[in-house]
Amino acid sequence: MNIAVLTKQVPDLVEGVEIDSTGKAVDPDSIRYILSESDDHALEEALLLKERAQARVEVFSLETGEVRDSLCAALAKGADRVVLIRTGQDTPPSNHAAAKIFASVLQGLSFDLILTGVRAIDDLDGSLGGLLAGYLNLPYVGLVRKVEMTNGTAMAVVQKEFPGGYAAEMEVKLPAVLGIQAAEQPPRYVPVSRLRQVMKAAKVEEQEAALPATEALEVERLFKPEEGAGATMLSGTPEEIARQVVSLLSDRRLVR
Amino acid sequence: MGKDVWVVAEHFNGRLNDITLELVAKGRELAQAMEAKLAVVLLGRSVKGLAIELAADVVLVADRAELGEFTPEAYCAVLEAALKDAKPRIVLMGSTSVGLDLLSLLSARTGNPCIDNCTKLEVREGRLFATSQIYGGKLFAEVAVAETTTLIAVVPGSFPKPETAVTGRPEVREIPLPAAWPEARIKFRKLIEPPPGDVDITKVPLLVAVGRGIQNADNLTLAEELAEALGGAVCASRPVIDQGWLPLTRQVGKSGMTVKPKLYLAFGISGAPEHWEGMKNSELVVAVNTDPKAPIFGGAHYGAVVDALDLIPLLTEEVRKANMKKAS
Repeated sequence: MNIAVLTKQVPDLVEGVEIDSTGKAVDPDSIRYILSESDDHALEEALLLKERAQARVEVFSLETGEVRDSLCAALAKGADRVVLIRTGQDTPPSNHAAAKIFASVLQGLSFDLILTGVRAIDDLDGSLGGLLAGYLNLPYVGLVRKVEMTNGTAMAVVQKEFPGGYAAEMEVKLPAVLGIQAAEQPPRYVPVSRLRQVMKAAKVEEQEAALPATEALEVERLFKPEEGAGATMLSGTPEEIARQVVSLLSDRRLVR
Repeated sequence: MGKDVWVVAEHFNGRLNDITLELVAKGRELAQAMEAKLAVVLLGRSVKGLAIELAADVVLVADRAELGEFTPEAYCAVLEAALKDAKPRIVLMGSTSVGLDLLSLLSARTGNPCIDNCTKLEVREGRLFATSQIYGGKLFAEVAVAETTTLIAVVPGSFPKPETAVTGRPEVREIPLPAAWPEARIKFRKLIEPPPGDVDITKVPLLVAVGRGIQNADNLTLAEELAEALGGAVCASRPVIDQGWLPLTRQVGKSGMTVKPKLYLAFGISGAPEHWEGMKNSELVVAVNTDPKAPIFGGAHYGAVVDALDLIPLLTEEVRKANMKKAS
């Protein structure tokens, strides 16, 4: 069985995200990129399937930020092949453009399953998995938390999450695209020493792809929510804050 | 292109979901501002009876066995044909498990643009603008909606639901179904109920919520102690659940529970839109985070920029003191 995992890099929110001088885009210099969290879960689910069903796992990523590190980490975790797709643009494209690029790269290759994170923090124009499935005319299920193979590689049984803790079990004929919400176990961790070792010998394949012509959304402006708007901020030492919080609760008869 | 406003309805166990009632109310307002009609698309099996609960001009119904349970493929096939035929101005759906699948699939299949994570829609000088939350709620993007059929997924809770049930007298029309019903590549097997046996956090009035800032599973003991002193329970945001530190039944947010406690103490939770959606109706939200720019402070009633791990034990001590005072 062949599994493709499509990943993308998104800004690390710990570092912050600043708006550029046009007011319509983020300032690329303010950003440090990391692997999108749900893509990390998609990779983990693929690796679990590899362990259970002897699958071959190939990871594809567009050229953004420190993508090479993410791809090496994927190799260290157990991916069989990693491919960096060069488009000549190192900032993340729209999801429509990314889906078209991945569609062109995957066309002609034979994959039973294509996994990607169900959503990323920079999603504005839909999600990558659904768009790709639409372009390739493959079945798609998003918000998936569990994937099991049945009947060889003909079918997957997946669990799709719904609000309130509900889920639906669905049968999906392969090949298919799945948007992974969470893997069945937390994404595995690669010790730094192992990562360094892999990076020395790692083979990151590179492939060129043309940026497709897609009509981007017309962003009028980006803006930040007002800092602390709404919240009355408590200040002081941790001891003082604790006393203020408990006094708030006492006033509302929320402490016994 | 037509100028009508469409809403894709969602229902569960024979009842319309709140997101649909919110979108119908907003859709009415937009339709009036745009001098257009409001149509609701209702797909399912034996769903016609729900039409009178929809305050729309038209309800477009497809009632068929294949649509009895949601599958992205079957719903998309019906909507794709209907959209290409009628070309409405905008199509509103929830940024939900159902809506998210449909948004992207339909956008790719029809070639129409789509906007996700929308929290605000307004008409200004005859133009329609959609505002979306991105980067975990740290930024908003205002998009000028193109002059072509545009699909928009709205975050639940962004628009108020009418307080009293509105009954309409919509014209009910059958949707023309696709000429050839597509081969079902996706089949619904069964609904999986939430795992039983744990605390029902939707019924606990005092919640101690922990997020990524709790750092590791051992620190959960601190939160448990505080919850015990308060007589409440511990719940968490997605990252804590994904790590396996707490069971799914304790998850608050988009795919977890929606809670409305008297008190929601949020420790080390950034307040990403997916989390906010599940607790925004709490009566009192006190948020603690080391990041002064954490979006949770935007919506909380009280906030403090301090390390949750420092504060929680102090709070437990203060709550215990207050309990003792009361007891004596």
